[in-house]
Amino acid sequence: MHHTIDVKNLHYTYPDGQVALRGVDLYIAPGEKVALVGPNGAGKSTLLLHLNGILRGDGEVQVCGRPINDKTLGAVRAAVGLVFQDPDDQLFSPSVFDDVAFGPLYMGLDEGSIQQRVEQSLDAVGMRGVERRVPHHLSGGEKKRVAIATVLAMEPEILVLDEPTAGLDPRTRRGLINLLRELPQTMLVSTHDMGLVAESFLRTIVINEGRVVADGPTQKLLADDALLESHGLEAP
Amino acid sequence: MLQSPVPLHIPDGFLTPLVSAIGWILALTMIAIALRQTRNQLGERQIPMMGVLAAFIFAAQAINFPIAAGTSGHLLGGALAAIIMGPWAATLIMTAVIAIQSLLFQDGGLLVMGWNILNMGVFTAFTGYVVYRFTKSLLGRNPVALIAGGFVAAWLSVEVGAIATAFELAASGTSPLSLALPAMAGVHALIGLGEGVITSAALSLLQVSRPQALEMGETAPGRRGAIFVVTAMALSIIVALFSPLASAHPDGLEFVAEQQGFLTIAADAPYSILPDYTIPFIGNPAVTTILAVLVGTLVVFGLALLLGRLTTRRQTTGD
Amino acid sequence: MHISFLDPFQARDSLVHRLDPRVKAVLTLLYVLAVSLTPQGAWAAFAAFLALVLTAAWAAKLGWSYSLRRSFIALPFMLAALAVPFVTPGPAIYEVPVLGWTVSEPGFVRFVTILLRAWLAVQAAILLTATTPFTDLLWSLRNLRIPQALVAMLGFMYRYLFVLADEALRMNRARAARSPRIVGAPRPPIGWQARVAGSMVGSLFLRALERSERVYAAMASRGYDGEVRALVRFQMLGLDWIVLLGVSLSLVAILTLTLVI
Repeated sequence: MHHTIDVKNLHYTYPDGQVALRGVDLYIAPGEKVALVGPNGAGKSTLLLHLNGILRGDGEVQVCGRPINDKTLGAVRAAVGLVFQDPDDQLFSPSVFDDVAFGPLYMGLDEGSIQQRVEQSLDAVGMRGVERRVPHHLSGGEKKRVAIATVLAMEPEILVLDEPTAGLDPRTRRGLINLLRELPQTMLVSTHDMGLVAESFLRTIVINEGRVVADGPTQKLLADDALLESHGLEAP
Repeated sequence: MLQSPVPLHIPDGFLTPLVSAIGWILALTMIAIALRQTRNQLGERQIPMMGVLAAFIFAAQAINFPIAAGTSGHLLGGALAAIIMGPWAATLIMTAVIAIQSLLFQDGGLLVMGWNILNMGVFTAFTGYVVYRFTKSLLGRNPVALIAGGFVAAWLSVEVGAIATAFELAASGTSPLSLALPAMAGVHALIGLGEGVITSAALSLLQVSRPQALEMGETAPGRRGAIFVVTAMALSIIVALFSPLASAHPDGLEFVAEQQGFLTIAADAPYSILPDYTIPFIGNPAVTTILAVLVGTLVVFGLALLLGRLTTRRQTTGD
Repeated sequence: MHISFLDPFQARDSLVHRLDPRVKAVLTLLYVLAVSLTPQGAWAAFAAFLALVLTAAWAAKLGWSYSLRRSFIALPFMLAALAVPFVTPGPAIYEVPVLGWTVSEPGFVRFVTILLRAWLAVQAAILLTATTPFTDLLWSLRNLRIPQALVAMLGFMYRYLFVLADEALRMNRARAARSPRIVGAPRPPIGWQARVAGSMVGSLFLRALERSERVYAAMASRGYDGEVRALVRFQMLGLDWIVLLGVSLSLVAILTLTLVI
């Protein structure tokens, strides 16, 4: 068991010159569930895109003990399930089945196992029976669940989610929080939803202007009004 | 509703199977080249990017503005796509748009789709691209050149698509060229104004808010080959203008073949029951004529492309 | 408001819905070809083709008039053939009052034939999309040797068509919400309105471009390597072969009979 994320001194500048990460350090232990918070533009999404090699900045990113390079890229992408903020970006296939089958198909699995993985992962998110539907016809909450299923189908060791509860109504949000709690994977969740942070994550990382500015037990950070204030956050 | 803005989507039945087949062969050739060129241009991003941008053109056609008496102006989009992404990428984008409009919404026929792709995709893309770059090279790099270039390119691209459609209708005996040509060209000279204004306004928005987005077209493949494709198009139109097609007779390609004396045998053939109708079996002299026309067209196109490639190579090695 | 109502697929449980999508695609194309090859004025043949398409609509449990009611989309293009009755040489059967233009008999026959061909072909295409989910149609295109990359692009376009069209409609509504019409006040000039539409098109393009980048990232996250891959979906069953042969033979039979008699 070494389902870890280990980031050391990560820097990233976008091609248009905008500096997004200025030396990020973080370590996530196997089985840990961690919240990543910070104001808009803090670099959260940029950081997440480094965790499976979509972006490659300067510094060291190790996932499951392996550094990310051209050789390990395929394995890393299978090990880290990245769920994007907008499910309309994540669900790019013309049907739900095609979308959930996409990852397993590119992992080179045979048809029987692909079928099985699709069923299992839709089951895990409580969405059995929508295989033939067009993603566009799903509701917001259903889309989020199917988006999570698309990465679960790859049986990742680590789940990375960007804003999973954004734009959901209270009941759908509650369902999703319960789902996240049930999933066994190591988890890093970027969010503005401080209620979600308070009730689901023991540890929280605060990031601002491309740097980690706080990292510790959620309860302690949420009690630190000066810290929250200075980084545009608010206790629930 | 999301309906076709410009009545250029030819339905099935308006072109003869023969004319349709020629369209498919030309269109497939262009699509095959476009697939290779955009793969080089965009790599792994090719498929998602072309697909999403095709959806953009489709959606952009839903943005309209009222003209008068309940009619409204919209975008066709071929020139805009070509100016931003290059002519080959635009060819693919418009192919996807036209295919979906036909398959999903029956906007444009299946058998005639080859010509629809050429008229609204290939011809508009290449005309738009070449005219835009020419105007810009005349006026230099400034906002006026961008707006003027975009306007003229988009207007002309719609004109060329409409003129080509008129020729195809004439070749099929659906409308005499003497009527179809001025009618199509005249109506689309007006429709093209909307296309021109929308295109240049879209370009100037990009220039202001994201100038990098306009650099793709500057470096896209086909920027030298495009001029040869456009020359071939212009030559074909001129040749067609002086052909017997341009007579007032509405019988199209078959009539032309007949006039040239090729169809006399066909008229006596047992399978030709109605006087001006034959099934194109192999060995039929009519088919030979058509094949000759086809091969000729392909040769012109091939030569143009070859020339384009040769000069490109010479220029790159000369750099 | 979503534009998903534009999806023409009609979910039913019928023989036609269960057919292999390749069979339906090929038969539709053959039907359009047969209709286009049918000689001018062969009314009996056109009647037989109409009967065929109505039967198919009935067998698909769409109601026999389903395709009929939706088939008028090609009508505006009729204008393009409007000159034919007047310019085709032949005995005059009608003279337009005042103008003195004459409709010739062969011209009239040719005109009606063109409209019939278009009308029947559209009905076949309507039935195809009403009985075949678009993903199945895409799969059959890929299987029928259309280039994989092109089919994959069509898949992406289909997926994002609705998303981007929603965005476009929201922009249209936002514009309408700020476009009050005050009685007596002059309306903004057309050129200005077209420029507004152009700016909307420009910003929609930027959104689409950004989205395509995010979509590519989502694909790469799940292992996409530039190759198109797809699963086998359908196997041709006995019934598929029977329908394929049966319908294509009847198309050939109608055509042959028309040409021989």
